[in-house]
Amino acid sequence: MKLTRKYLFMFLSILLILSVAVVGCGGGKQASNAPAAGSGDKIKVAFVYVGPVGDAGWSYSHDQGRQYLVKEMPNVETTVVESVPEGADAERVLTELASKGNKVIFATSFGYMDYVEKVAKKFPDVVFLHATGFKTASNVGTYFGREYQARYLSGLVAGKQTQTNLIGYVAAMPIPEVIRGINAFTLGVKEVNPKATVKVVWTNTWYDPAKEKDAAKSLLDANCDVIAQHQDTPAPMQAAEERGKFGIGYNTDMSKFAPKAVLTSPVWNWGPYYVKTVKAVMDKTWKSEQYWGPMSDNIIDLAPFGPMVGEDTKALVAKKKDTILKGQWDVFTGPIKDQQGQVKVQEGQKMTDKEMLGFDWFVQGVDGTIPSAKQ
Amino acid sequence: MGNSWFSRWHFEKRETTSNLVLVMVPVLSVVIGLIFTGLFIALTGKDPLEVYLLMFDGAFGSAYGISETIVKSIPLLICALGLSIAFRMQLWNIGAEGQLYMGAFGATWAALTFPDWPAYQLLPVMMVAGFLAGGLWGLLPAIPRAYFKVNETITTLLMNYIAILWVDYLVVGPWKDPKSFNFPISPQFTEGAILPTLGTSRIHMGLVFGVVVALLLYIVLNYTRWGFEIRVSGESPAAARYAGMNYVKNILLVMFISGGLAGLAGMTEVSAITQRLQHGISPGYGYSAIIIAWLARLHPAAIVLVSVIFGGMLVGGYSIQTSGFSSTTVSMLQGAILFFVVGGEIFVNYRLVRGEKGGK
Repeated sequence: MKLTRKYLFMFLSILLILSVAVVGCGGGKQASNAPAAGSGDKIKVAFVYVGPVGDAGWSYSHDQGRQYLVKEMPNVETTVVESVPEGADAERVLTELASKGNKVIFATSFGYMDYVEKVAKKFPDVVFLHATGFKTASNVGTYFGREYQARYLSGLVAGKQTQTNLIGYVAAMPIPEVIRGINAFTLGVKEVNPKATVKVVWTNTWYDPAKEKDAAKSLLDANCDVIAQHQDTPAPMQAAEERGKFGIGYNTDMSKFAPKAVLTSPVWNWGPYYVKTVKAVMDKTWKSEQYWGPMSDNIIDLAPFGPMVGEDTKALVAKKKDTILKGQWDVFTGPIKDQQGQVKVQEGQKMTDKEMLGFDWFVQGVDGTIPSAKQ
Repeated sequence: MGNSWFSRWHFEKRETTSNLVLVMVPVLSVVIGLIFTGLFIALTGKDPLEVYLLMFDGAFGSAYGISETIVKSIPLLICALGLSIAFRMQLWNIGAEGQLYMGAFGATWAALTFPDWPAYQLLPVMMVAGFLAGGLWGLLPAIPRAYFKVNETITTLLMNYIAILWVDYLVVGPWKDPKSFNFPISPQFTEGAILPTLGTSRIHMGLVFGVVVALLLYIVLNYTRWGFEIRVSGESPAAARYAGMNYVKNILLVMFISGGLAGLAGMTEVSAITQRLQHGISPGYGYSAIIIAWLARLHPAAIVLVSVIFGGMLVGGYSIQTSGFSSTTVSMLQGAILFFVVGGEIFVNYRLVRGEKGGK
């Protein structure tokens, strides 16, 4: 017993000495670096991702945007912190990035919302941009694209392709963004195939390849022959490919991970938005806004079709896309019925942005439930 | 085969362990761990030394870094203290993670049920609720262990998943914030449910709990009859029984306290840090605490220190990402350091000798 205590004391003393020594060096290092900062017209921009850059999906698409930004504006120096959970760690990472001289910080996941709000209060000189959120402040803006437009077009493709008239949808969190995507997709499916149903499975996660794949398999087991997804990785597409079925990817062109399965994917193109925003901040013309870019801004598009997609489908998609791009028509135009068959949007009416941003019901043709807040 | 040279080496138990060995083993372990990982860092074209300095700088190089390191170390500390009691009795409680989640559940129940109460009433109730919920979660696997000798390593481990999924169920279903647009989080706690913090930092009262628990534990284990019973029970249950100690009662009590402390850690996390219940309130604190308790040789004061070092490693990990390292490299670095430190422990009790093994 005595011996153990003695050992401990020594072990700890040495660890202490080691840490003090290293911290000492660290301090010196920092001091010598300090004068280098703040020279010229450089601007530091930081990105926080919920998954790893290598997720081949959501975070990857943002990182592609970051690389575009660096290429277009060589005076921009970017910092990336990936795999930051939507919890207590997010607050520290945002604080650290703000205090390290980053002037613009892009927080790219919904769950960072309250932490962005909190940290932004402490750093009024730093501009925070929160993807997919809805809380703004004088130095906090939000940004997103009208991904439902591309979702609708991909629904047309899925509706044409299905043989079993059952389409599976691996869904993430039951928030309006995801529900809106499912609804737009289903409207597209129903447009070309009134008999088809879209089955929804929730995973309650953005990034969990194993869970995403399991969810896709459960849908394939239930006789679905096309799998769509609102997830950060191509795992659901790979599940479809393994079973010889089809899929609609998301975020990036996922055909390279499942070339025989992927029909198309709604894809993000954040680069131009990042350039525009950073330029505005540098010119001091930036103002807080809730940017929700339509397809005509090219922030969201459809990836090239797989070889299995027929010419008539391609022509149909091109026609619909044209009306969307020209602003002649939008997806959530009545009549739209909910799952119980009640008309929620009257003929000729269009849903407002506010209604779309608060989506909490499924359209007719969706087989699934939205977990509700209070019974 | 070329392994004849290697095959002559074997482990031999040390009769005594000299002070020099006790000091050199952990130090060399850390150094070898750093060199090993350094090789990989060098392969990516970066200077390993600079990376290590950055990591320490992020964790201890500024007032903010130190405060965040302490914030990280609070749940680790309280969980590890709880585990150390169970480990002393050779009860392998792997369930601190689940017990922490249950504590968070208990505390959240109190916070959501009595939102209008002032802090001096609500916080104690949350603490008791958190301790009780975590304690009962620890007690549950202790019962079959005490009466039927059911292996607690497996039961406590499996119960973690139940607890985590239970919390997930609550935030996705009945406890979801009606104003969260369906995002799975509970409503934000009211003012009275939030532990006071130190100045503008996130360091909270949980630090005081941790230090007080460490002190109490030190006194109880070293200066009370019950502390003596636990040590004896751990080393030899038969001896404990001959001496008239109630072995079964002690198993139940120890597992209850062990779980209760993890529950208290869960309470401090939801009250002070997330200020609401949500998925992933713990990124594995309950598991890290096992390693901390072990490396600290179950000594309360050492647990305090090792927890802070661990907290620093986690905080510093995010910092080195800002210099262009991927999160997976960071995980590898942390894992490799731990691997060598834990692996090196064998040399404290054994030594490698060359020559013929006796009786082979």
